[in-house]
Amino acid sequence: MRVAFTLNGHRVEVDVESSETLLDTLRLRLGVKSVKRGCERGECGACSVLLDGRPVVSCLLLTVQVEGREIVTVEGLYGDELFEELFEEFSKNFAIQCGYCTPGMLLTSYALVKRASGGPLRVSGDHIVKAIEGNLCRCGTYPRVVRAVSRVLERRLPSGSRL
Amino acid sequence: MYYKLPRIEYYRPKTLEEAVRLLEEVEGSKVIAGGTDLLVDMKTSRAKARALVDVNSIAELRGVEDLGEVVRIGAATKLQELLESPIISENLPLLRAAVESMASWQIRNMATIGGNLCNASPAADTAPPLLAYEAELVIAGRGGLRTVPITKFFTGYRRTALSPTEVLKDIIVRKSEWTGWGYIKLGRRGGFTLSVVAVAALARVRDGVIEDVRIALNSVAPTPVRAYRTEEALRGREVSRDLLEKVARTVVDEISPIDDVRSTAWYRREMSYRLALDALTEALGVK
Repeated sequence: MRVAFTLNGHRVEVDVESSETLLDTLRLRLGVKSVKRGCERGECGACSVLLDGRPVVSCLLLTVQVEGREIVTVEGLYGDELFEELFEEFSKNFAIQCGYCTPGMLLTSYALVKRASGGPLRVSGDHIVKAIEGNLCRCGTYPRVVRAVSRVLERRLPSGSRL
Repeated sequence: MYYKLPRIEYYRPKTLEEAVRLLEEVEGSKVIAGGTDLLVDMKTSRAKARALVDVNSIAELRGVEDLGEVVRIGAATKLQELLESPIISENLPLLRAAVESMASWQIRNMATIGGNLCNASPAADTAPPLLAYEAELVIAGRGGLRTVPITKFFTGYRRTALSPTEVLKDIIVRKSEWTGWGYIKLGRRGGFTLSVVAVAALARVRDGVIEDVRIALNSVAPTPVRAYRTEEALRGREVSRDLLEKVARTVVDEISPIDDVRSTAWYRREMSYRLALDALTEALGVK
């Protein structure tokens, strides 16, 4: 089946079997290697992508299902102010060890901060923990990820307040 | 591990009529909604399908509506949409609590409430609250629409009243004046976990008397279940800690848990009692 969708701001068209997952299309056909193959059953979040701005797992999405939709991976976020800020904090706080979960972790965090910044900020450390529940990190960087995301969120709070 | 899905045909109907027609005409076809259970089952050969009928583009299957006396939830509404819906938080707090405990953000952005019900896992987390609310399920088929109460929907282990050529359309919940609710889900860990046992309780207490009470559990029987006898033992009685402690044990006689990877039958029985006690304490406002 012929499928057209937007990938990181560019229109792409692929000819795929109906049974092909978006994970395979991204990695094997389109060379998007930030999207990692993990458990392949929706449990680890290494293959997370943003679908119309919301985090989803690409291992449980058929490519034919994203016709006309917008997919964003970290490749498409380089240069984005918020993304660069998050990435900087991930580095500063050593929120990365082996790095396998990092693209997914960054995408989920990006979506969280983006949403929190969209309306009145109602985010706490618990919200960060809840948001990244679907991103497993077997190195155990969770507290560092929470710290990194907190720093970014705090900068968006009224001056002086902390999360 | 490198899972490969079998070859499948894929259809994305825009209307319910078209979906029903496809299910009737295409041999070996199955509905796909969120795909978060179905595709895992297909990857592991637990489920088989030659063709998938994707219901995500059928507009009338999406969204939450306040219709005055009832709340209508489209079957293909994403779990995350329920969590973000003011109509749900305001009118169906018990359902909201259950959805909040489910899966991860990514999965809630994909999985649907109808899929959770139709997959009919004994551990389905939207089932206990909807059993307690006594939701009505509107089902579309060849002959038009029919309505099945959710208390009659689960017919056995992973079996439902739905025929293979029918599509679940709406979940209708009547607004009722409940005075309290309690929801407790026990998993193997704090987040993104399947239930070992979950208990949902609703209560209406007037002048210290239990006018009505409903209790439902999952993961302790072949299907999600109501604890009718426990409810009966509480209805019409005066709220007290003593009564609760005496009666909550009754739930253990209404369930038939098994040993499996997540827990043991014994532990599930003990926890069903404890969690029923706690959920009822909350719902009934027992000091």
